[in-house]
Amino acid sequence: MAYRWSASLKERDVTDEHLFINRRNLLSGLSGVGLSVLMAEPAFSKTLEPNAWEDITEYNNYYEFGTGKEDPAKFAKRLTTKPWSVKIDGLVDRPGFYAFEDILSKMQIEERIYRFRCVEAWSMVVPWNGFELADLLDLAGVQSNARFVAFETLYRPSEMRGQNTRVLDWPYVEGLRMDEAMHPLTMMATGIYGRDIPNQNGAPLRLVVPWKYGFKSIKSIVKITLMERQPPTSWNKANAREYGFYSNVNPEVDHPRWSQASERKLGGGLFAKREPTMKFNGYENEVSMLYKGMNLRKHF
Amino acid sequence: MNGLGSIGFGHMLQGFNSALRCIPVWLVYLVGTVPAFLYFWLGISNQLGPNPISDLEHLLGTLALQLLIAGLCITPLRQFANLNLIKFRRAIGLLAFFYVFLHLLVWLVLDVGQTSQIIKDIIKRPYITIGMLSFLGMVPLVITSNNISVRRLGSKWRVLHRITYAVCLLGGLHFVMLRKGFQLEPLIYLSLVVVLIILRVNWKRVRQGLSGNTA
Repeated sequence: MAYRWSASLKERDVTDEHLFINRRNLLSGLSGVGLSVLMAEPAFSKTLEPNAWEDITEYNNYYEFGTGKEDPAKFAKRLTTKPWSVKIDGLVDRPGFYAFEDILSKMQIEERIYRFRCVEAWSMVVPWNGFELADLLDLAGVQSNARFVAFETLYRPSEMRGQNTRVLDWPYVEGLRMDEAMHPLTMMATGIYGRDIPNQNGAPLRLVVPWKYGFKSIKSIVKITLMERQPPTSWNKANAREYGFYSNVNPEVDHPRWSQASERKLGGGLFAKREPTMKFNGYENEVSMLYKGMNLRKHF
Repeated sequence: MNGLGSIGFGHMLQGFNSALRCIPVWLVYLVGTVPAFLYFWLGISNQLGPNPISDLEHLLGTLALQLLIAGLCITPLRQFANLNLIKFRRAIGLLAFFYVFLHLLVWLVLDVGQTSQIIKDIIKRPYITIGMLSFLGMVPLVITSNNISVRRLGSKWRVLHRITYAVCLLGGLHFVMLRKGFQLEPLIYLSLVVVLIILRVNWKRVRQGLSGNTA
């Protein structure tokens, strides 16, 4: 089910600003003749310019390699990602170890330019390459009673120095509700800017859920478990008052220690202003129906 | 061997102390302000990475904490190691305030930027409230960091300047609280502050107790 979603802009459209502006003009000129679908979402019609490779790969939160933003870029090189397999178990028809190469051979890789909003109130735009999580789950065959998906990061202290400290309860775990996991926006990323995803960004495959705070997008996944009950999640275990299971980007619900109403886009220099944060990180039209009737203040 | 070693060390220390006496205080002020220019220059010339405002805040804040801790070290160093740095304590304290002030300024102007949000943050966010308290605690200390005030206030000056301990504790706490989870780096700073304060408080009593016993 590749290409179920597309933003109005692709990387090639924004690399050249003049071309980009021309294309915008062209689109607005032709908006009545069928191309309007490309501009249907106002959030996407704004410039969504991907951050520089350096911003994306040298400023990371990946506590398995240290708590400093530069630590992952410095220390993740040691991580062995070949061979790699993902154990898919729980409520699936075909449980077992899925070799990374086998997964790749069955998946259609596409590019998705997503906003990425960290819970620490900074953000960037990342041109991911990958496939929909739904496609991977279909490989294993999800059983009808599965209601949640649990994910687990590799635990290998010999190569992940941060795991020798107890800043979090290792291994890192995350989870999604079934409908969130099957949503076309939810993807497994294997690349950035058309290159293999660097270790510090979660090689060889990581989750990307663009409407949730970055920590939900768990890296270097070794295990996926389909289950009936809501799985525990690492930051929620560490501090339940500050980090909820859902952790949807929401400018109206502040983190207890800082405001979530605005964010700073990385790469803007010393005098960049904060920008207002969008509900569901700008993907409200796509995902708000998943949370219809839910009190998002309670289920933060 | 031990005796020789200690004599040698004593000599070295004496030499070190007299060498320190030769260093003019203005040089400490001069060298102490260099990082401020360096950090801002790194920020302006885009060498602080993708999130320069946050990095600048962090650099200025940690340097301020380091200077506060350095200030706390002066007396224990004299008591335990016979190393006399008292001449530089005022400069270290004032430099610490200078960096706290710059740290605050970067947060006010570059980071938040909106007055309404600044006030909300100070009231609503405990780690910011604590940071502000630490800053405010430094103000009377800075105002009285001159010879005239020392003379005028007499013994009250010492009492007033005990606020330093609160300032350092609040500063250390501010750092621990602003990080996600309990991280090692800020905890090291806070424990250094705590240890140095305990050292200050207990040492005199211990010495008094010991001298009482031997007499």
